[in-house]
Parts: sequence; structure tokens; C-alpha cells
Amino acid sequence: MIINRLKHLLSAGTALVSMLVLWAVPASVQAEWGLNLQRPVTEIARVQYDLHMLIMYIVTVIGIIVFAIMFYSIFKFRKSKGAQPAKFSHSTKAEVIWTVIPTLILIVMAVPSTKALLLMEDTTESDMVVKVTGYQWGWHYDYMEEDVSFFSKLTTPQSQITGTETKGENYLLEVDNHLVLPVGQKVRILLTARDVIHAWWVPQLGGKKDAIPGFINEMWIRADETGTFRGQCAELCGKDHGYMPIVVDVVDESQYQAWLDGQRNKG
Amino acid sequence: MTTTVADHHHDEVPKGITRWLFTTNHKDIGTLYLWFSFTMFLIGGAMALVIRAELFQPGLQVVDPHFYNQMVTVHALIMIFGAVMPGFVGFANWMIPMMIGAPDMALPRLNNWSFWLLPFATSLLILSLFVPGGGPAAGWTIYPPLSVQGGMGVDLTIFTIHILGMSSILGAINIIATIMNMRAPGMTLMKMPLFVWTWVITAFLLIAAMPVLAGAVTMLLTDRHFGTAFFDPAGGGDPVMFQHIFWFFGHPEVYILILPAFGIISQVIPTFARKPLFGYTSMVFATAGIAFLSFIVWAHHMYTVGMPLSGELFFMYSTMLIAIPTGVKIFNWMATMWRGSMSFETPMLYAIATVALFTVGGLTGLMMAITPADFQYHDTYFIVAHFHYVIFCGSVLGMFAGVYYWLPKWTGHMYNETLGKWHFWLTIIAFNVTFFPQHFLGFAGMPRRIPDYALQFAEFNVVSSIGGFVLGYSQLILLVVVIKAIRGGKKASAEVWDNPEGLEWSVASPAPYHTFATAPEVR
Repeated sequence: MIINRLKHLLSAGTALVSMLVLWAVPASVQAEWGLNLQRPVTEIARVQYDLHMLIMYIVTVIGIIVFAIMFYSIFKFRKSKGAQPAKFSHSTKAEVIWTVIPTLILIVMAVPSTKALLLMEDTTESDMVVKVTGYQWGWHYDYMEEDVSFFSKLTTPQSQITGTETKGENYLLEVDNHLVLPVGQKVRILLTARDVIHAWWVPQLGGKKDAIPGFINEMWIRADETGTFRGQCAELCGKDHGYMPIVVDVVDESQYQAWLDGQRNKG
Repeated sequence: MTTTVADHHHDEVPKGITRWLFTTNHKDIGTLYLWFSFTMFLIGGAMALVIRAELFQPGLQVVDPHFYNQMVTVHALIMIFGAVMPGFVGFANWMIPMMIGAPDMALPRLNNWSFWLLPFATSLLILSLFVPGGGPAAGWTIYPPLSVQGGMGVDLTIFTIHILGMSSILGAINIIATIMNMRAPGMTLMKMPLFVWTWVITAFLLIAAMPVLAGAVTMLLTDRHFGTAFFDPAGGGDPVMFQHIFWFFGHPEVYILILPAFGIISQVIPTFARKPLFGYTSMVFATAGIAFLSFIVWAHHMYTVGMPLSGELFFMYSTMLIAIPTGVKIFNWMATMWRGSMSFETPMLYAIATVALFTVGGLTGLMMAITPADFQYHDTYFIVAHFHYVIFCGSVLGMFAGVYYWLPKWTGHMYNETLGKWHFWLTIIAFNVTFFPQHFLGFAGMPRRIPDYALQFAEFNVVSSIGGFVLGYSQLILLVVVIKAIRGGKKASAEVWDNPEGLEWSVASPAPYHTFATAPEVR
């Protein structure tokens, strides 16, 4: 019995310590390990990431304390070791302490959370706007001020899905027409849907929002670096919910203009 | 000498199938509910294994996406409405009358009907899988417009929900009437066992919440067939309104799922710590506080719908607030263990695991309460991990604790402790192997309700699926334990355990068919 509990404690402790160590490593390294959020490339995503790390540390510490006390109790206060049961069943002091301290912890968490939310919901003074429409099963992008619009659907072939062909590196995360955005500009994204509720989500760009038929939602992003970023639909929308990914290319200003011209000429 | 008909029935336990069809005895009805719950648990579990089999590797190997979505949907509906809720009603039926010194429930015939509605309703749900178009495939949350698109299976599901809801409401009325009116003289409200308290509060939640669900699914039914447009924007309706109504039910529902488990744990831990429950009064108030707060947090399930900022802030704060009374309960159980004299028979193992692992789920819940962070977690496997930790480790492990704790009282035999411990360790280890990696899958970006996934999610999905299969098959050990205990085993005394508290331990084991025909004295 004791051996079991020691092993239990040891493995729990190892897991917790290694997780703490891994999370302390910078985001750029962590993405490959798959233990944490993807590396943020916008201010919003960074704010979310930092908030996430803060609350994760807090709850991990709380968890360690709770588990430690429980394991200690299990070791120390066992009948087989001759422990005699105490008789107390009240302690106003203890109850006040363990009500007040969690309340204080919550207030500490609520302050940065409120600030983050205020930042995220401020879509004013954007540099451009894109309307995203979800439909069963793909996305439509409409650069409303530029007269450019197109559909974007999954390009992973059926043969890869059923397994007759080896899966490519971007299996299920590749589309025919990428959403192209200029780096460093505040992009206001309007979201709606054609048929059922979908949700647009690119983790590295920060956050997600539902695309609801008959309604228009909005969010904003400002990418700090160029690159290709992938995401997926995040609201069950029918049989191919898992097969309508999102690919965003963030490029510098001149490339963006060139791409826009190309799109307009395509007709 | 003549005997009246009443006397004749009073002494005999009826026999045959009609016993079970027509019984009004709370112990028989409790048994029916518990067997029904376990059967549904295994059926829902089989569906989970279909899900985990498909997710074992990237690609589609086992089922097509539409059927996969049906499995996801019906797995949840069966587990929530067929396994957990009826299971706790089974415990309520068996234990509440005995715990308060009452001869039976207040409304015994209603009790019988409340049970028999269940197999009828769940047959409709299972039938839905076989009708054209298949079963519901919009998730157990059946959001429109997707659920308006579905075929006949959705209508069958709506009827199922109506009937199950009726059963829950009638059961809740029965429980409240029993607890309020039939306590033995001397048993004031603040002397009731905590299990009775958690159930009376749960019963009020049921009466408040189930009709709201009925309203939501009825509007869905009329949108589907009778030309209304509650949730259809083309007709002036709002799909998000369904979500508000659904989750106004849905959040109290999750507390309905957990509070009875908290009650069971509050009975088990003091017995095996040989120490009274710490802070009885604050446990009662914390439970009531959780129940109250459960009505003002619902939109934390909907942070991404596009709520105004003030709404997002309000629900973030109220959701964080619920952590306080929940934490109080956890600390009180820990304080019960502290400086006790503990032994670790299977019920205690399960009770401790419930407290520890529910805490994990509660802490991830706190993370999700933070709205900006939830924009990354929502609709990912992080959520799936969270609710399996709280529902499986909270509700199901709590029920397992209760089964092992009270099985000797029900059957008159001690269960096989070795088998019980095998069941425990396999379940706990397999559960964590299945669900802990899902936290990481959620962080890494894997959405939920998808039959197939990108390659970076492969490794943890393999681990999770292996755990899932071990977890599922391990539950058959419980079946063996229960059947063996029914048929034989070491005879159990009335007390069964070491000086446990509660009126149920003052009657023989197995408990006689009728107990407390005369009210006991409670000092």
C-alpha cells in the first residue's frame, strides 16, 4: 500500500515538475512539444497567452498544495499506523482563511482578465475590414473595400483521409485559397454564416468567434510578423465540421498590394 | 383468526416480473434505477469506444463523419440523462427514506411511474440511431440551425428529452415532499445527513431547470415542423436565443449532476476517517450557495457568440465566484481527513479520488472562466478534458464510492475487496491516461467533435484511445463485483463499517423490505 502511494506521489510530482519546467521554457520552443498554446503572433494572442500562463501557474500551485496535503494526510493519519482520530469538526478561523484567500486570488486574476477583455473587444480605428462567411463546409472571404472575394475549401485529397495515400505535412490544414493579410495593420474581421453556426479560429492570431447566420459578429487582429498560420472551424456544423480549415498568409505591404491586384485581375 | 389483506401484503416480498413492474417500494425502485443506470453507462461507454477507436489514428478508419457525430451526441445524452441522473435518483430512492427514518417515499406510485418512463424514453433515443437520417448529430447541446437540419432522429430525441424531463421533475417533487414531511421526530433540517441536504437542493434545481429545457426543445420542434422561427434569422428569430435558454438549463444541470455525488462523499469520508464531517453548517450553505449561483453563470458556455462586453464581464465574474463555495467544500473534506484515523477500503479510495480528481477538473474550470483565455479553449479538447474530469471523477466516481459503501446494506454481503481495488486502480489510472493528454490536445489547437485531425495531434490521441479502452473494459469488473455480492459473500452486519453515522446502519443488512414502519427516535 505504502509503496503504491509513494510511487503515485513520485510520478505525480515528476509530472508536475516537468510540466512547470516545460511551461517556463519560451513559447517558441514549446509549440513543437504540443503541451501548450501555439506561439502567439498578434498582440491579442500574446495577451491571451500571458493570461493563460498566469492562471495556469496559479491553478497548478493550488493543485500541488491540495494534492500535497491530501497525500500527507493519507500517509500520516492512517489507522494502520495507529493514528487516533481527533474529534474536531469546526474551526471558524480556518473557514474564514480558506474563504478569504481564494477570494483574493480571484481578484488578482480578475484584474488582468478584465484588461485583456477590454483590449480584445475594441475594434475601433481599424485599417481594413474582411468579411468572413462560414458555410457547410468551407469559408468565403470578402475584402469589402477592395472588391475581392473568393471561397476557401479543404484541399487534402480523399485518398489521404481514407489512408490509401500517405498523409501530407499539412494534412487537413490546407486550402485552395488562403486569406492574405498585410502585416502590422489592424484588421477588423466581420463574421457571419450562410446556413448553420460555424466559428473562425486561428490560434496563433488570437481567439475565436462564432459565425452565426443572420448576424454579424466582429473581432480584430494585428499580426506582428509575416508567415502562414492555420486554424480550424470551432463549432460543430455538420458532417464535415472537421474538414473546413483556415489558412492565413500574413505578408508585407507590397506583397499584399500585389496579391490584391492579382485577385482583381482574376475577375 | 382473520388477517386483513393489508397485513398479508405487508409481510411478503412479492415475486416474479410483476414485482418489478408494479412495485411501489423505494428499495425496489432504487434497485431498478441503479440497474438501469449501469446498463446505460455500459451502452454510453460503448459509444465512447467507437469515438476513441476512430480517433486512434488520423484519417477515417472506422465510421463515417455523420455517424461519428451521432455517436458523440448520443454518448453524451445517454451518459447524462441515462446513466448519471437516474443513478443518483436510485441512490436517493434507496437511501433517503432510511436516512430520515421514513417508511418509504411520500408518493410511492408516482415513484414507480417516474422510473418506468425512463426505459421507454431511452428506447426512443436508441431507436433514433436506426431511423432514416440516423440519430441526432448536432452534439448533446443540439444547437439550431444545425439541429433544425437533422432528420426524424432529432424529433425522437426531443420526445426523449421531454419524457426524461418529466421523470426528473416528478422524482424531484417526490424527494422534496419526502424530505420536508417525513423526517422522523427529532430530525431537524440541520441534523439531516448531508446526502439528504444535497438531494433536496438538487431537487429544487431540477424543478427550476428541466422545464426550461422542455421549453427550448419544444421551440426547436415547432421550428422544425410547425412554421415557427424562434431560432431562424430568416423569420426574425435568433439562433443564439436557443443557446441562452439551453444553458440557463444547462448550467444548473451540471450542478444537478454533481451535488448528489458531493453528498455521497460527505457520508463516506467521515466513516473511513472515523471523524465527523468538518463544517457541516458551511457545507450546507456552500451547497445552497452553489445552487443559487448556478443560475447566473450560464453564458460562460457561450463566450464566443458575440456577447456585449458587459455581458462577458458579468459572466466571467459570476463564474469565478462559484469557485469559492466549491473550494470551501473541498477544504472541508480535506479537514475531515486531517487528523483522522483512516483506512482505505474501496469506498474510501473512491471518495478520496473523487475529491482529488474533481479538484483537477474544477481548477481547469477556473481557467475557462477567464473569458479572454477561454477564446482559445472554447470548443477544444481542453473543454472535453475538463468536463470529463468533473463529471466522471466527480459524479461517476462518487457513485462508485456509494455503491461500494452501501452494497453490503443492500445485499447483506460484503463485496469482494480485492476485485473492488482492481476496479479502482484500473479505473483511476486508465481515466487519467485517457483524459489528461486531452488538456494538451486542446492547448495545441485540436477542436472538439471532429472525427479526424491534423498530424500534430496524433501522439496524444493514441495514448488517449488506449486509456479509453482500458477504462471501458474495466467497468465490467464492477458488474462482477455487484453480481457476486448479490449472490453471496461474507455476511454483512447491520453496521457494516466501523461505527458509521446514519439511521441506515441501525437496520439489518440486507435492509428489510420495509423499514421504519414506526419512526425511530432521533436525539
